[in-house]
Amino acid sequence: MQRALAIDGAQGPADAAGFLLEVEHVRKEFPGVVALDDVSFKLRPGSVHALMGENGAGKSTLMKIIAGMQHPDRGVIRLKGKDVRLDSPLHAQLQGIAMIHQELNLMPFMTVAENIWIRREPLTRLGFVDHGELNRRTAELFTRLKIAIDPQTEVRDLSVANRQMVEIAKAVSFDSDVLIMDEPTSALTDREVHHLFEIIRGLKAAGRGIVYITHKMNELFEIADEVSVFRDGQYIGTRSSADVTRDDIIRMMVGREISQMFPKAEVPIGDVVLSVEGLCLDGWFRDVSFDLRAGEILGIAGLVGSGRSNVAETIFGVSPANAGQIRVRGKTVRIANPKAAMAHGMAFLTEDRKETGCFLILDVLCNMQMAALNRGFVSAGMVRQGPLTRLCEDMRKALRVKTPDLGETIINLSGGNQQKVLIARWLMTKPSILILDEPTRGIDVGAKAEIHRLISELAGQGVAVLMISSEMPEVLGMSDRVMVMHEGRVTGFLDRAEADQVKVMELASQ
Amino acid sequence: MSSEQVSELLPRVAAQATRRRRRIPPEISILLVLVGIALAFELLGWMFVGQSFLLNKQRLVVMILQVSVVGIIAVGVTQVIITGGIDLSSGSVVGMTAMMAASLAQTSDFARAVYPALTDLPVVVPIAVGLLAGLAAGLVNGSLIAYTGIPPFIATLGMMVTARGIAKWYTRGQPVSMLSDSYAFLGTGANPVIIFLGVAIIFHIALRYTRYGKFTYAIGANVQAARVSGINVGRHLIWVYAIAGLLSGLAGIVTSARAISGQAGMGVMYELDAIAATVIGGTSLSGGVGRMTGTVVGTIILGVVTSGFTFLRIDAYYQEIVKGMIIVAAVIADQYRQRKRGRG
Repeated sequence: MQRALAIDGAQGPADAAGFLLEVEHVRKEFPGVVALDDVSFKLRPGSVHALMGENGAGKSTLMKIIAGMQHPDRGVIRLKGKDVRLDSPLHAQLQGIAMIHQELNLMPFMTVAENIWIRREPLTRLGFVDHGELNRRTAELFTRLKIAIDPQTEVRDLSVANRQMVEIAKAVSFDSDVLIMDEPTSALTDREVHHLFEIIRGLKAAGRGIVYITHKMNELFEIADEVSVFRDGQYIGTRSSADVTRDDIIRMMVGREISQMFPKAEVPIGDVVLSVEGLCLDGWFRDVSFDLRAGEILGIAGLVGSGRSNVAETIFGVSPANAGQIRVRGKTVRIANPKAAMAHGMAFLTEDRKETGCFLILDVLCNMQMAALNRGFVSAGMVRQGPLTRLCEDMRKALRVKTPDLGETIINLSGGNQQKVLIARWLMTKPSILILDEPTRGIDVGAKAEIHRLISELAGQGVAVLMISSEMPEVLGMSDRVMVMHEGRVTGFLDRAEADQVKVMELASQ
Repeated sequence: MSSEQVSELLPRVAAQATRRRRRIPPEISILLVLVGIALAFELLGWMFVGQSFLLNKQRLVVMILQVSVVGIIAVGVTQVIITGGIDLSSGSVVGMTAMMAASLAQTSDFARAVYPALTDLPVVVPIAVGLLAGLAAGLVNGSLIAYTGIPPFIATLGMMVTARGIAKWYTRGQPVSMLSDSYAFLGTGANPVIIFLGVAIIFHIALRYTRYGKFTYAIGANVQAARVSGINVGRHLIWVYAIAGLLSGLAGIVTSARAISGQAGMGVMYELDAIAATVIGGTSLSGGVGRMTGTVVGTIILGVVTSGFTFLRIDAYYQEIVKGMIIVAAVIADQYRQRKRGRG
């Protein structure tokens, strides 16, 4: 249980070049997706280094690699000049790298002190946990960090912001050389953000290095010394935050050409099919209103956590709204569950293929026919499997799903083919309103193009499409209009003609 | 990130897809286990007892007869486990329904009938009451799970204790005897076996060819995806637990008919035997996988092992030890199959 590296002096030791942590030429591939491509990154002692980039730019993957949660396919990680292998989060921790996660990882039924020192509890001579010492240490730590929380409170009794402060204190308690913070302020109020920045300044003065992931520009200028920008898994560049502007950073984040991959054909736009007014879901989004017309593709852009997916889920009845109206073809409807939404001609391709899309252990046929089973194909209690299988077979051919046959377990298909199966599942219900949440996430370029062509075709047939996407080129290339969200609010609409990456980014990040 | 993790599992797609085409269906491998166990007893029989294990018609009937009640329960339990749930209440529901049904099947020439005014009733009455009592227990289980969101383990644990309590309270612990011949007929000869195989066939068809079956698998495979696909998950689960309760009620009727009496202690531990038979038959405790044919074979394996040990005159204590090991081995095999599938 001893730490491999401990720092005594105020100044953190660094190698000859003066870097605390060096990541060189790291590559991480997931089939069909290169998450990180030849990425390098250097952290100086006593500094805050911000990482910025759109969703999917590779920041989180890089952080997971530094924290030992994932392993690079290629590349070197050097800690104070020495090559290291980080096999697990624990291993990284022992070598002096701690991470504050975006999701909270505390155990609600244990006290604050127990949570902070878990696995490192002081013991009495008889081997029992020494609670006195535990609480004393925690109080000491909190005094140092000026945190006013009773160490003996159970975590479940704390507010979300206070839990986040406990997480921060815990990470600090490791006395790590490198501290990774993944959007640490997302749950904090202004007062606590201020407090956190004070803590960060203290850590800087002690020579620690802080890697700081954020989407918030103003934080960048307030706390960071340097900023590195990532885009599509590639390292774009590093700037000193003193001599960079907000516009520079946005340009670095989005600066790419839109390829010809996104063929939204010009089709006549019809009547309003879906109309949403003042939709609210407490804690997620407020006052969302928009109209969606037949043949139109309305893109929803925004950062992760902006409430985009929640809007889609609410419209489809997965988590019904607290307030607001949904009208389908002019008639106000009440959608209490997905089945009701389907009855109004809606279909919903969810964001997370694995969690809410696929029945991973079932075969392609079962996966494809599941939604259609709610809309017929049953007589005298028995499923009319013959016609259903034929329809699935047609779908498989039309969408060019690569599978040996419909009996193959879906987990054995590639991400792109799984996605096609799920699209087929919804097309079999003959929807007039198609809601797509990240329709091409994590799939290869070829399948992506096919799916884009398909979406465009469907719009051409008069289907109204609501498409959420984190990929800027996809949103801009496919959408007739773009609705941008930020922190649960609609911040603006952009027409196809006026929408560009900079405008979208501006609306999406305050 | 999670979508990337999905695709992380996929580098072997092409190669595996072709290789996996001609795999042996799981039922066949379970059937082979059954044949293996039977042949082992046959061999041991000639070596130590000096006679054939299998070539004895009476023994073959007993072999299945003694597990047919567990088998009837297992037919319901299989469906519950396919949804990713569990039913611990079946054994107690057997006890409860045995008491209730038997109390309405008594003959008038018995002076101390439970309901002296309700003797010599047509046989449909006790049967209907037994089935309804089981159905009610199942409906309570299902509703608790669907509407309160408590885990199936807890809901059915509650029913396990409650139903046993009702069974004992019903006659203050007194057995119910002197049942009519037409009621007892249900438990005579091979009738329990026929009932077992009958319900197994019905629910085999239900699982494979009806929407009920497809939704059952879907819920067990991914409850979130099932909900998004428009399945009313809560209502479906109520159905599944209700059917399991109904079958436990049927098992209670058959048990009391076989014994020609109702006793509050009937069916103790049957829920575990039924779960064991289901799991041995290849149904995955994590849901989404399982077939009725496998459960039938799993049930028969339990019967063969019990008969085999008796036949070899091995102490009953060893039977339980070996049964325990078979159950664990079956779950290990299930885990192994899942890993090959690319899960867990």
